[in-house]
Amino acid sequence: MSSRETILARVRSALADIPFAETPDAVPVPRDYARTRTGPDLIELLRDRLVDYRATVHLDTPVAELARARGRLMVPPGTPDEWLSGVDVVRDDPPLSPAELDRLDGVLTGCAVAIAETGTIVLDGGEAQGRRALTLVPDHHLCVVRRDQVVRTVPEALERLDPTRPLTWISGPSATSDIELNRVEGVHGPRTLEVAII
Amino acid sequence: MSSTFVGMPPFPKAASRAVGDAQLRHNLRKATHTIRDKRAAVVAEQPDWAALRAAGAAVKTRVLRHLDGYLEQLEAAVERAGGHVHWAADAAEANRIVIDLVRATGETEVVKVKSMATQEIDLNEALAEAGITAYETDLAELIVQLGDDRPSHILVPAIHRNRAEIREIFRVAMAAWGRPAPDDLTDDPRALAEAARLHLRERFLTAKVGISGANFAVAETGTLVVLESEGNGRMCLTLPETLISVVGIEKLVPTWRDLEVFMQLLPRSSTGERMNPYTSMWTGAAEGQDFHLVLLDNGRTKVLADGVGRQALRCIRCSACLNVCPVYERTGGHAYGSVYPGPIGAILTPQLRGLGSELDASLPYASTLCGACYDVCPVAINIPEVLLHLRAKVGASGAHKVEKLTMRAARRVLSSPALLAASQRTAGRFRRLTPRRLPGPLAAWTDTRDVPAPPPQSFREWWASREEQK
Ligand code: SF4
Repeated sequence: MSSRETILARVRSALADIPFAETPDAVPVPRDYARTRTGPDLIELLRDRLVDYRATVHLDTPVAELARARGRLMVPPGTPDEWLSGVDVVRDDPPLSPAELDRLDGVLTGCAVAIAETGTIVLDGGEAQGRRALTLVPDHHLCVVRRDQVVRTVPEALERLDPTRPLTWISGPSATSDIELNRVEGVHGPRTLEVAII
Repeated sequence: MSSTFVGMPPFPKAASRAVGDAQLRHNLRKATHTIRDKRAAVVAEQPDWAALRAAGAAVKTRVLRHLDGYLEQLEAAVERAGGHVHWAADAAEANRIVIDLVRATGETEVVKVKSMATQEIDLNEALAEAGITAYETDLAELIVQLGDDRPSHILVPAIHRNRAEIREIFRVAMAAWGRPAPDDLTDDPRALAEAARLHLRERFLTAKVGISGANFAVAETGTLVVLESEGNGRMCLTLPETLISVVGIEKLVPTWRDLEVFMQLLPRSSTGERMNPYTSMWTGAAEGQDFHLVLLDNGRTKVLADGVGRQALRCIRCSACLNVCPVYERTGGHAYGSVYPGPIGAILTPQLRGLGSELDASLPYASTLCGACYDVCPVAINIPEVLLHLRAKVGASGAHKVEKLTMRAARRVLSSPALLAASQRTAGRFRRLTPRRLPGPLAAWTDTRDVPAPPPQSFREWWASREEQK
């Protein structure tokens, strides 16, 4: 018997007490939690939460202006030209090695969804986001969030996301609390997260 | 589980040693209280917490009651998305599978992101024997690995080390593993984190094989989910050409939508944050990676077979129960003798490994039954109920002197009046859960066979009467 068969047989015999006719759907899952909420202004909330994580937040500053201040930036496919005027741009074509990405000043991306309540930005590798390494290795991440991409709650975000795409949820710069519980920002991911809400 | 920590004494002895270590006790106290206050604050701001908790418990119950079907569904979904699925009945088989997969790449080094499943099976040791070096990449795990040590907390495994010790460990041991610590390294947490960043950077950028666990696996879509803080998880999951994830069969959730519950429950319960800094979700061979999922049993089906104990498999490893446990606060994680410390360890380890050894049989007694763990648990595992159930089993087996286990666990651990006051809400509260097993007054403490349930009086009263008898 293969281990697959062994494990499945063990599971079935362990569950001998479950009525044979019971279907998974027959096990009730109460979903009385909130899908959305009313509350403070969505954009204000997102900004507060991001600042709480020690991200830098700009409201309605032209993206190109912010980008020009950051040196040589990786720019993924699908980035709008208006974000790039006068910016020192590096393209991932042909794909850069991790070591090459490490030598860049930063990366400029869009996002798929942002969650106001938790201060979370989700990337899905689509338009203006690129493969996952692009937003991981460079030390500075300038991320553009359009107002129509902001939702309030986690359930609302999941509704908009496609599980078949590789997703990265980002809530502030990387951090550790492993040394006597002192929070230190910036371990392995980008040490600075700069968010432009437009 | 493959092994107990080498030479591990039973809980009472190990606990007594830990209780005597003032530094450890200080660190633990600070850590558990800090995290638990943060947790309380972010849970309080979530108005639908109780409903989320009920949903989380129910989703996991659904998975467990129909686990066979969900496992097959997950396998099909992962394979459809270009991933490979392997099944490991025990630790030895899981290690063999991983070793073979690493060997097939021709590599002799792998980077690892913290995973309790791989720790449970002693994967690093197995890889080392096979000539493969596994580099731990979480800051805390790095501290533990460089210090040739064992983790003591699910979430902050190096909670037993202070900054001066960490600096010493880095200075002495980093060079042997790769880039040495800078000469002028101070014990400022920023400097220590920076040293770790530099030490690991080159390794991440050149790694060909990554090994991880997963917090969740979605049966419907084949999506795996890893929550983390530092970014080492993203490094290990994203940069290597080959990714191997070792995942316990209890980690499943049925649907994509179910993540909306757990992505709220886990970060708040665990680190006390609204959201953890990074979460990665991927399905199959993401971005052309060679992806292998190793599904691990290793005793989980034994836990599943126990109608009462089964609920322990709902655990999402948030560690909230550790941080509120008066016993854990005194003893630290090492005393529990397995990778799963604290209240969850006290019910999970004896079920995974069986009640054969004195250590494992003593774990269900490593509790005052105060019920704080049940209250904070985001998936509502009734830990006191399972503890009592396991005590009954220990008693019924007749293999151990229950009175001895109980007395020693209690005497060594609960040596402070403050602690006893804290454990006022005690056994009596849970008596009605196991009425048939209840002893008459004080009978539990004299009869070693039938009545391993708690006494009907409060723990404090019982304690006072013990003191008088001395
Ligand atoms: S038993 Fe509950 S509280 Fe404890 S680690 Fe598991 S999920 Fe968290």
